[in-house]
Amino acid sequence: MDEENNNNKIETKAADSSSGSYVPPADNIPASEIPEQELYHAKSFWTRWVFCQDAKVIGVQYALTATAVGLIGLILSWGMRLQLGFPETFSFLGPATYYQSVTMHGMIMVVYLLTALFLGGFGNYLIPLMVGARDMVFPYVNMVSFWMFLVAVLVLISSFFVPGGPTGAGWTLYPPQAIMPGTPGSEMGIVLMLISLSLFVIGFTMGGLNYVITILQARTRGMTLMRMPLTIWGIFTATVLALLAFPALFVACIMMTLDNLLGTSFFMPEIFTMGEQLGTSGGSPILFQHLFWFFGHPEVYIVALPAFGIVSDLISVHARKNIFGYRMMVWAIVIIGALSFVVWAHHMYVSGMNPYFGFFFATTTLIIAVPTAIKVYNWVLTLWRGNIHLTIPMLFSLGFIVTFVNGGITGLFLGNVIIDIPLSDTYFVVAHFHMVMGIAPLMVIFGAIYHWFPLISGRHLNQTLGKIHFWISFVGAYAIYFPMHYLGFIGVPRRYYEMYDSPYMTTGVGLNQFITVAALIVGFTQILFLYNIIHSAFYGEKSEKNPWKANSLEWHTPEMPPEHGNFGKELPVVYRWPYDFSVPGIDREYIPQHVAPSEVPTAKVEKT
Amino acid sequence: MSEIDTSKLPQGGKGFVHDFAADQTTFKGVPWGKAMMWIFLLSDTFIFSCFLISLMTARASTTVEWPYPSEVFGLTMFGVEVPLLLIAIMTFVLITSSGTMALAVKYGYEKNRKMCAWLILATAIGGLTFVGMQAFEWSKLIFHDGVRPWGNPFGAEQFGAFFFMITGFHGTHVSIGVIFLFIFARKTFRGDFDTGRRGYFTSMKSDYKAIEILGLYWHFVDLVWVFIFAFFYLW
Repeated sequence: MDEENNNNKIETKAADSSSGSYVPPADNIPASEIPEQELYHAKSFWTRWVFCQDAKVIGVQYALTATAVGLIGLILSWGMRLQLGFPETFSFLGPATYYQSVTMHGMIMVVYLLTALFLGGFGNYLIPLMVGARDMVFPYVNMVSFWMFLVAVLVLISSFFVPGGPTGAGWTLYPPQAIMPGTPGSEMGIVLMLISLSLFVIGFTMGGLNYVITILQARTRGMTLMRMPLTIWGIFTATVLALLAFPALFVACIMMTLDNLLGTSFFMPEIFTMGEQLGTSGGSPILFQHLFWFFGHPEVYIVALPAFGIVSDLISVHARKNIFGYRMMVWAIVIIGALSFVVWAHHMYVSGMNPYFGFFFATTTLIIAVPTAIKVYNWVLTLWRGNIHLTIPMLFSLGFIVTFVNGGITGLFLGNVIIDIPLSDTYFVVAHFHMVMGIAPLMVIFGAIYHWFPLISGRHLNQTLGKIHFWISFVGAYAIYFPMHYLGFIGVPRRYYEMYDSPYMTTGVGLNQFITVAALIVGFTQILFLYNIIHSAFYGEKSEKNPWKANSLEWHTPEMPPEHGNFGKELPVVYRWPYDFSVPGIDREYIPQHVAPSEVPTAKVEKT
Repeated sequence: MSEIDTSKLPQGGKGFVHDFAADQTTFKGVPWGKAMMWIFLLSDTFIFSCFLISLMTARASTTVEWPYPSEVFGLTMFGVEVPLLLIAIMTFVLITSSGTMALAVKYGYEKNRKMCAWLILATAIGGLTFVGMQAFEWSKLIFHDGVRPWGNPFGAEQFGAFFFMITGFHGTHVSIGVIFLFIFARKTFRGDFDTGRRGYFTSMKSDYKAIEILGLYWHFVDLVWVFIFAFFYLW
């Protein structure tokens, strides 16, 4: 069928082309059907760097803001670890502050760091460049998206300074306890958290619509969906998930805000507090959990899918081999995305919902293992007999594969109802989700930063510091989270402020101290990484063009770093997928996407 | 650049495959803004679905009887109890405004500037009337019947909470639409879509396609109202 279509296309287009000069039939690509995009050219410092409409600058703004707020999340985790490891030495963290740290650490890391960094940061920077567009389709809306995100972050941070402090309800914010007296931050903190999340959703929607439409409607000539780098597929699918999952969070936030401020009973049952009955009745706390996890589970994949995509590109480029099973990879991303909407209640096995639900949701959950396993096999098969360069992006990619398999396998345990029930709310769960959606995506983020830093700044990051960063982060992550699995097995509950000499801890006391020390070391290594970024941005070794010899369009702009409008006068025309590495039959080692077939007549062209 | 002739593309299932296998655009001949509005509306559908599903859950699970809508939303006209009278008028006005919007889009594409502008203005006034009647309904429920978000004399307290939240959220959508309709009416009267005058905020040119995009939003808001009407007033 492909054969037939191609022939048809070539014939019709050959008739259409009236430019006069001879074009070999194989090089024929349909004429542009998208009008040339008109861009807003900034003239002043403010419109160029601050209120900027260039997706690349917006991407960097997103990334810097997310990193800044992520640092707060990191520091909060140090406080928690000191308390857990050495409760008698470091007693500055009271129980209330501990819960507030847990909550803010979780919410910051999941939503404000990972989501914003992957979609807002990498999405903005890479989408227009990789699909061959001059910018996002609506740069103005894109700019507003970032400023909404910044306001959301500021509202979140401001909750540290209000009476009662930020909310301490746990990142899941379950009512009724989240808004009842006794929970830290039940006065102002929870309201600010809910408002901040709502603003985040609104801001993200503006950006997300841009990402989706840029990918669907603004690709360059020759760029079919099946010629897009997997990075774009991952970001695209994750954005679609976000656009469909965030509404549930938004609705839950509105309803809980009303419960808190107006005294409605959406989630509040008849309930007594301090010996007095609250005026609420008939609400359903389970409803909140359903809404929250209808957002919360796709959220896991909103973070994971861009990581899947980016790591596929990193592995392919740094192993000098085409990605194994490209189409399978694309379909796996799409299927994982679709399935992620029908598994949410596996977070609620112990919530008291109808027990038959557990059966259904365990089944759908375990089905996700199939496309996920396909992806892991394909990564490994891409490496198989590849020309593996142990560059830092490759190291992080390998770290990702191992970590992801680890975290994924514990997911199979937790997805089963009977195994989940005894492990529920123990450190096993903490270890699982940190491995699978904390460390694994972070490995990809680090790898991606080392990979694309030359493109963004024109300079390389320091390689020695990078290797130190990788090895300490990678080994350290295992030092932190492997013991936590064991703590979970012996029944140590999560979210407990102090269990130094509780009966659970008889065999685990030393472990907690070990974890704390490891966490501090890993944490400080990230400071080293930040130093590397700042230092290298100004004094790093200058990078030549396309230092990794990659094929995708972002490396083939006339200027590096790319300028406003990305591609100079003419948009590139794409003839092939971005994975033509080590193609047999020719003398060059890689063929960029915009190289016409007539330039490499002896190369076997991959059909995509 | 050559504008794509969508009539020459393959149709049906083959066309679907062709469009998704094609380069540049997936939705052939669809302007960026229009595609964006559709995706936004899909996302917004999920918001309203979450609201309405929550409402259904609450109705199915409250321990106290749910109020009988025909009584709560009845109006007494000339001594006769007419159930759902105001809602019927509101619905009629809103659906009619959808009709005028559709006509405005038609005249917009025919470059009939005056007619288009008047019809947008009519749509805006229809929307404003709807919001006004909703304000009347709210004030009647609040001041006359004593319905509050945290309780009401008719039955389950979730009734008031969901009513104010969902109709309020929908009313906000209508109000935003009305604001944009007035802006667009002014822009059309001034001829912005003919002269390509640049937008105040975005400094980008715009044409009559923008009216169709606004129309999509307006029809969506009306469609959502039909569901709210069914779930709140008829159920």
